[in-house]
Amino acid sequence: MNPAIGYTALIAVSLATTAIGFYGLRISRTTSDFYVASRTVKPWWNASAIGGEYLSAASFLGIAGLIVISGVDALWFPIGYTAGYLMLLFFVAAPLRRSGAYTIPDFAEARLESPVARRVTSVLVVAVGWFYIVPQLHGAALTIRTTTGLPSWVGAAAVAVVVCLTVVTGGMRSITFVQAFQYWLKLTALAVPAIFMLLLLAGTPDSAAQLATTPPAGGILPPAAPVTGASVYGTLSLMVALLFGTLGLPHVLVRFYTNPDGAAARRTTLIVLGLLSVFYLFPTMYGVLGRAFLPGRDSGGFPDATVLLLPGALVGGPLGDVLSALVVSGAFAAFLSTTSGLVVSLAGVISQDVLGGSVRGFRVAAVVAAVVPLGIALVTDSLALAGSVGLVFAFTASTICPLLLLGIWWRGLTDAGAVAGMLTGGLLCGAAILFGSQLGPEAPWRGVLVQPAAWTVPAAFLVAVLVSRATRHRRSPSVSRFMAKLHVPERPLAVDEPRPQGG
Amino acid sequence: MPSPVLSDSTLLLITAIAAVVAAIAIVAAVGFRLTRSQRDLGTEAEHATFATLHSAAAAGEHLRNGLQPAGALKASRQLRTLLNCAAFAMTDDARLLAWDGTVTAAGQPGSDVVMGLAAKTLGNGRTQVATLDGPLRGELGLGQNGTELKAAVICPLKVESRVVGCIVVLSGTPTAGLVRATNEVAAWVSAQLELAELASSRSLLAEAEVRALRAQISPHFIYNSLNAIASFINTDPQRARDLVVEFADFTRYSFRRHGDFTTLAEELRCIEKYLLLENARFGERLQVSLRIAPEVLSTVIPFLSLQPLVENAVRHGLEAKVGRGLVQITARDLGAFTEVTIEDDGVGMDPEQLRQVLAGRQDGHHVGLRNVDARLRQVYGDAHGLTIDTGVGHGMLISMTVPKNQPGHDA
Repeated sequence: MNPAIGYTALIAVSLATTAIGFYGLRISRTTSDFYVASRTVKPWWNASAIGGEYLSAASFLGIAGLIVISGVDALWFPIGYTAGYLMLLFFVAAPLRRSGAYTIPDFAEARLESPVARRVTSVLVVAVGWFYIVPQLHGAALTIRTTTGLPSWVGAAAVAVVVCLTVVTGGMRSITFVQAFQYWLKLTALAVPAIFMLLLLAGTPDSAAQLATTPPAGGILPPAAPVTGASVYGTLSLMVALLFGTLGLPHVLVRFYTNPDGAAARRTTLIVLGLLSVFYLFPTMYGVLGRAFLPGRDSGGFPDATVLLLPGALVGGPLGDVLSALVVSGAFAAFLSTTSGLVVSLAGVISQDVLGGSVRGFRVAAVVAAVVPLGIALVTDSLALAGSVGLVFAFTASTICPLLLLGIWWRGLTDAGAVAGMLTGGLLCGAAILFGSQLGPEAPWRGVLVQPAAWTVPAAFLVAVLVSRATRHRRSPSVSRFMAKLHVPERPLAVDEPRPQGG
Repeated sequence: MPSPVLSDSTLLLITAIAAVVAAIAIVAAVGFRLTRSQRDLGTEAEHATFATLHSAAAAGEHLRNGLQPAGALKASRQLRTLLNCAAFAMTDDARLLAWDGTVTAAGQPGSDVVMGLAAKTLGNGRTQVATLDGPLRGELGLGQNGTELKAAVICPLKVESRVVGCIVVLSGTPTAGLVRATNEVAAWVSAQLELAELASSRSLLAEAEVRALRAQISPHFIYNSLNAIASFINTDPQRARDLVVEFADFTRYSFRRHGDFTTLAEELRCIEKYLLLENARFGERLQVSLRIAPEVLSTVIPFLSLQPLVENAVRHGLEAKVGRGLVQITARDLGAFTEVTIEDDGVGMDPEQLRQVLAGRQDGHHVGLRNVDARLRQVYGDAHGLTIDTGVGHGMLISMTVPKNQPGHDA
């Protein structure tokens, strides 16, 4: 691929992001614009922003890559990523918005009235965030290597530097609009080349015939295994991880505070469901096309690069170059938006809990939040983006999800119970992932260990409930008041009551 | 589909990190222990003093919130070791709060029994020594290990010479030494309770101060607005009507009684009404510019903490200025904080004079600033007062930074 494409795309996306961040909120100089300024973010905008922040390297590159490797089974990932929002909609969105806490540790402290619970939550949130940033940087490394031929570390370092600079200089001032822009950029970057490719294929009977006569080994899509085969457990466990893991992702939750009230938070979540569903059509399409038309897919190459290579391979010529540039810019938008969202929320947690919560501390914390995962990304090597992100979801589901669900819906949760549940889930899940990856592919318990969510999540819930029951006397005295705050609809924010109209 | 998602190098790295963290934790724990144990050297008498002071300090910690059952129980444990008696009880003026001791057969005796014992002391505020006779021993539930207990020493707890409770000590023989020691402990607990009362009255005072500082709508503004509206009644009745409606909205917001906090969004709407009314007077001379990050609109701020700043900019900054004046209001998202700035290009003021006003040494103009500054410091601490940049002829830039997370404050 022409290296210029990669450079152009990277620079264009970084500039656009920064420009919107700085100039997104200029407001003209008359009092009549007051209404415009004090208007809160509409659910549509906020939903786009959540989509922009949520659709990471795993969604943009990883799903197509997995489809290329394993066929239909990979479709469970987009289903889980999207359906997690259903759980968020039902159980968490509105009450969490009403709680008034800005980070998950804030929520833990307000609900449990315990600094220890806050500390434990902070550590877990930071761990989750770091391990979520690592696959984004791996994705960037892969993209740079594939498109420009530069060494992989350049991609990871570039993303980390751009994110650090924008966050530290305050370039993410109007972060909602930046992220919303990123969603539409990602959608366009996948949709436009996809449409071109489909048109091209429809117009050239040769390729359609080739597809029909010489299907790739194992068929275009090998038969689905999860329902019939031995991997029922794996699929179930993956679904548990993705459904419950979405509840606890720090960068997603913080977006909900942009909503003016709980009802708007629910509406936003509903729109997010729609936006994600539309988006995930395209990675699936790329995966199928990749299986059919991208040669050498099983030759130990990088299946995650399917999305990047497909437009160039299928369309070719100058048009192919333009489409490739579009896809690459979309991929960078994915890395940048998810990473910056995570860095901002991690910096909030770190600066508050370690550095005393000053504005300068926030900047230092932002650098720490980006540099540590960069270090991990540089010395490690990920084989499948969707898979490693799936593990982060499993870890989140086993730790933060019990705290949120029980904290919101069960007044019996005590600080001791929450801490015990989080630690149990975290230790079990972490140990299972580490040991599971040690075992050979034929080891009997490997499947159970590499997809641990199905048993670690119930274990974490169980421990949290049992310990809470055993430590009833530790219940926070103000729990009733806090519960009422979580579940009673609030007064609308700055809305005029109707006035009787006279002559 | 299951592919090795963590490669060997990842694994190695994670294991290495875990090992390093564990090693650091162990070294830190051992080092902490070592430094602690070296400090414990001293003579027997010094040890006794340390132990006594430690018990007293620990008990004082538990009495920080006054006479509460949970704190009283924890303090009683410390105080019983201090007095070295068989049983120690603490009551307030109506019920038994805490009972610590192993001499009773079935845990804690009934509240009314102990209160019967303490009734006389509560009545006259003097130390009593009561003899434990047969029926009383039964009521107290003294079991086998309590047979040698013959007497109870009851000392009053006084706050400002008012009896608020008492402590009860059970012992074998009421020696003069024990009575005196019990009296001293009671005096010490009384001092702690007075401190607790002082602390609670200090926070009540702070609350009252915040309430008293709650900004009032300025009388000048009412007068000016009504005059401005009057001037439109004949020439532009529709505008006059609109202005009256705005005025009604503004007053409704600023006269509201509930809550000491509001959201940035509501405060901005109030400012909008205020500026519309001022615009009726200033016309084209008053220009306003806004840059508000929508993420911070739901930040909780003290009620009427921004409007006085805008009013200050208009009345003291722009009114005296010749020609057009511009007020800029910005709100920015700073991670865990929200920063709001209000800037005008009006006449400004002498920084020294402003310092006098903020310190409360000068009355007159700009009292609104001092009021807001005092409330912000009261609510969020001294680090969150107003920051003001100004100079004569150079306008004024006021900024305030409030934390986004305020779980205790409901808008």
